[in-house]
Amino acid sequence: MDTQQQQQQSSIQGAKVLMVGAGGIGCELLKTLALSGFQDIHIIDMDTIEVSNLNRQFLFRRSHVGQSKAKVARDAVLRFRPHINIRSYHANVKNPEFDVDFFKQFDVVLNGLDNLDARRHVNRLCLAADVPLVESGTTGFLGQVTVHVKGKTECYECQTKPAPKTYPVCTITSTPTKFVHCIVWAKDLLFAKLFGDKNQDNDLNVRANNAASSSKETEDVFERAEDEDIDQYGRKIYDHVFGYNIEAALSNEETWKNRTRPRPIYSKEVLPESLSQQNGTTQNCSATDDDSTVSAMPLLGLKNPQELWGLTQNSLVFIEALKLFFAKRKKEIGHLTFDKDDQLAVEFVTAAANIRAESFGIPLHSLFEAKGIAGNIVHAVATTNAIVAGLIVIEAIKVLKKDADKYRMTYCLEHPSRKMLLMPVEPFEPNPACYVCSKTPLVLEVNTQKSKLRDLVDKIVTAKLGMNLPLIMHGASLLYEVGDDLDDIMVANYNANLEKSLSELPSPVINGSILTVEDLQQELSCKINVKHREEFDEEKEPEGMVLSGWTQSPATNGESASTSNNENEKAVDVTESSSGPEMASKKRRLSETQPENDKKETENVESDDDEIMEIENPVMVSKKKKRVE
Amino acid sequence: MKKNSLDKEVLLSRFSRLNLRMDGEELTEQETALYDRQIRVWGANAQRRLTKSHILVSGIKGTVAEFCKNIVLAGVGSVTLMDDSLVNEEALNANFLIPPDENAYRGKTVAEICCDSLKDFNPMVLVSVEKGDLSARSTEFFEKFDVVVIGYGSLATKKAVNEKCRKLSKRVAFYTVDCRDSCGEIFVDLQDYKYTKKKLEEKVECELNFPSFQEAVSVPWKPIPRRTAKLYFAMRVIEVFEENEGRKHGECSLLDLPTVLEIKKKLCEANTVSESHVPDSLLERLITGTIEFPPACAIVGGILAQEVIKAVSGKGEPLKNFFYYDAQDGKGVMENISNSFTS
Repeated sequence: MDTQQQQQQSSIQGAKVLMVGAGGIGCELLKTLALSGFQDIHIIDMDTIEVSNLNRQFLFRRSHVGQSKAKVARDAVLRFRPHINIRSYHANVKNPEFDVDFFKQFDVVLNGLDNLDARRHVNRLCLAADVPLVESGTTGFLGQVTVHVKGKTECYECQTKPAPKTYPVCTITSTPTKFVHCIVWAKDLLFAKLFGDKNQDNDLNVRANNAASSSKETEDVFERAEDEDIDQYGRKIYDHVFGYNIEAALSNEETWKNRTRPRPIYSKEVLPESLSQQNGTTQNCSATDDDSTVSAMPLLGLKNPQELWGLTQNSLVFIEALKLFFAKRKKEIGHLTFDKDDQLAVEFVTAAANIRAESFGIPLHSLFEAKGIAGNIVHAVATTNAIVAGLIVIEAIKVLKKDADKYRMTYCLEHPSRKMLLMPVEPFEPNPACYVCSKTPLVLEVNTQKSKLRDLVDKIVTAKLGMNLPLIMHGASLLYEVGDDLDDIMVANYNANLEKSLSELPSPVINGSILTVEDLQQELSCKINVKHREEFDEEKEPEGMVLSGWTQSPATNGESASTSNNENEKAVDVTESSSGPEMASKKRRLSETQPENDKKETENVESDDDEIMEIENPVMVSKKKKRVE
Repeated sequence: MKKNSLDKEVLLSRFSRLNLRMDGEELTEQETALYDRQIRVWGANAQRRLTKSHILVSGIKGTVAEFCKNIVLAGVGSVTLMDDSLVNEEALNANFLIPPDENAYRGKTVAEICCDSLKDFNPMVLVSVEKGDLSARSTEFFEKFDVVVIGYGSLATKKAVNEKCRKLSKRVAFYTVDCRDSCGEIFVDLQDYKYTKKKLEEKVECELNFPSFQEAVSVPWKPIPRRTAKLYFAMRVIEVFEENEGRKHGECSLLDLPTVLEIKKKLCEANTVSESHVPDSLLERLITGTIEFPPACAIVGGILAQEVIKAVSGKGEPLKNFFYYDAQDGKGVMENISNSFTS
């Protein structure tokens, strides 16, 4: 071994590395780090192992399902490299124990995360601790690895990452046009209304011309009387949401002027009356009250989750699933949230979404597809993770050797671009307008008389700015903060402030006010210039406030935050996922020295029979009450 | 020589697996649950085809270990391993399939140890060992397989096996892979390969004609485009060196550099190209870097697995016909090298 190699080996051997994430990328990464000679590795992951992980997270076995990923990964790697030091933490990286001092002990941090929130958090801690960060992400066959060194390269947030996709409330409640809208309706409205927390605000009630009387009626409809026949109750709900509600919506002529009208669907036209006698399924089932593994499909003779059901089958599943919830899982009703691994919930949501889709002339989807959309499932394979892990280790070694000229962002492409399947690009310099690493002030347009402090905290500080434990100040006045050490008076004060509109706060926030927003754990401080604005477009600006000041860095040319089902090969900006998919548009990332336009005819290669489903961005319905028109 | 026979256990499990399959083409519930995330990538039909495929792998070091891990996880039908070399300290490097317990591996071949580890990753895949010399196998032997992968093979072996595969009426996909220092080369031969491609909402029928290995490594250098990866040429020099000197992969050192450079000089002259066509520094790296670089193994092993999955599933445009990776410049490039340059 020559001196250069010796130097490399010694920087590897002496390095202390932090891995965040022990999932798809994490397993491959831990293995490759160990084989490459790394001897001191710490790994944080809050998840436990699930069956669907096993197709790629090869350090895990079926017998490990339910156990901590970080711990099992560690044990598995020690088996072929027994003498290295691996410390595992079964915890959330956002925990206060992982503060700046914790991060400071490492020579490099390697991310294998699956959500934007945690990535931003780690980014800030790495900046605060001045520790280099190697970021990564994969989705199907696409992947990327990027290097972030404070002062030398962009930080992870220098280029705005698209926030999780949200849909305007009215699209979900009244005018869906895509299947995903139906899923959101079925999951966040109907399922939540029937089985979730009764005290939660729910936009399911349809606006009728006579608002007062209709809202009283809908309350009664969803409440099931003590001895009400389950089948009858099911049909009642069916008729209400797919029949009467649609008719009520149709009565509003304005809405349908330029839109396809939905058609109301009633249970008696789809399902024969004697259904419950024919099947006698639920009633005749064994007397066990609690059975979390019940499923409607086998009772109806449906075996293939990839099969497309028609209206009748969907309706059967709807009623049957609903009945099963009440017959077999009664205790959970009122406390349930949708879980993609809850078979019955997935069946119900699929059926409900499909019936609604049928009503609105939107193509139906199989349970398999619906589950992917409702559960924000990201498609993932072992090979991409393995490739990305290799690339991460290569960048990590460069970082340890401080080989700054050699740092690269590397993109794994599905189809070659200028002959390249793996494309390295020089990192960009820090964005001088980045509010995270360059402390640029932001501008917030908001109606200071209507918007409350709570809206600011939820939509801006937490969601957009990604702060975990925020603190909001106006001048010398502390408007809000989160922490364990607050006394009751302070907490009460802050709670009161949350409910006040900005202009009514003890220190009024009006046009021209400057707020300081901080997160002490992330050591991030931002200034927000407030500008009052009266009106906001409900469709384009559903949150009623607009944050700007995220100046795009020079090399970028805008981004698309969403894809439609049939778009081919445009790199997907998927954010939330189970396997870490941070994908920037190819065009956006290429440095200026590469002149060729990569947007030649991109060929989506598929065989005739299957349709690869594009995974949509995660969906979030704004839970606020509808605006008064 | 004893004709190879699978041991009883393997035969029984193979038979019982056939019973499962007899029920028609559907994936079992267990398979659907396990492969859910990848089915969302390539679809259920592709997954079904994978489950019926048989892969032969010869020559197991770090990169091939990665490759095997990947295809086993993907859920191929069977993987047959050929590597009679005994496990030693060197084999432990970059091969995470070999637990570093001398008591466990003493006297066992690399294929045997890897077989046990691989089975663990996915009990639904049949992993077995085939002993003996790959190049001594008859043409009929290869008919059992859908894919043949030769790792770190000699020039003669690669040529001979490729020819046998091409003789069969059944199309057997043929791959070679070689990793040295932090570089890697993959060669692909799918003969005449038909597939459909979606082009602007329309489905287009495509066909690719792959040159044989013999043809691909004998292409005259002069007409090959300037920007072609230097590794192509460097690997051809190494191939000749190893053949001339009777060396196996990795049996070389800096002391061999003069010999290698001589060969390079002769090849460049024969091809009427200047010696700068093949950088000396690259050749030096390839003969001194006898130990594989684990990150490069992961990368090249991953790309190779992706290609095999594509070919078996019939989904996705295959790489044609060489792939090169070099950690030094970080590029992973596809090179299309055939006699079409001369025409």
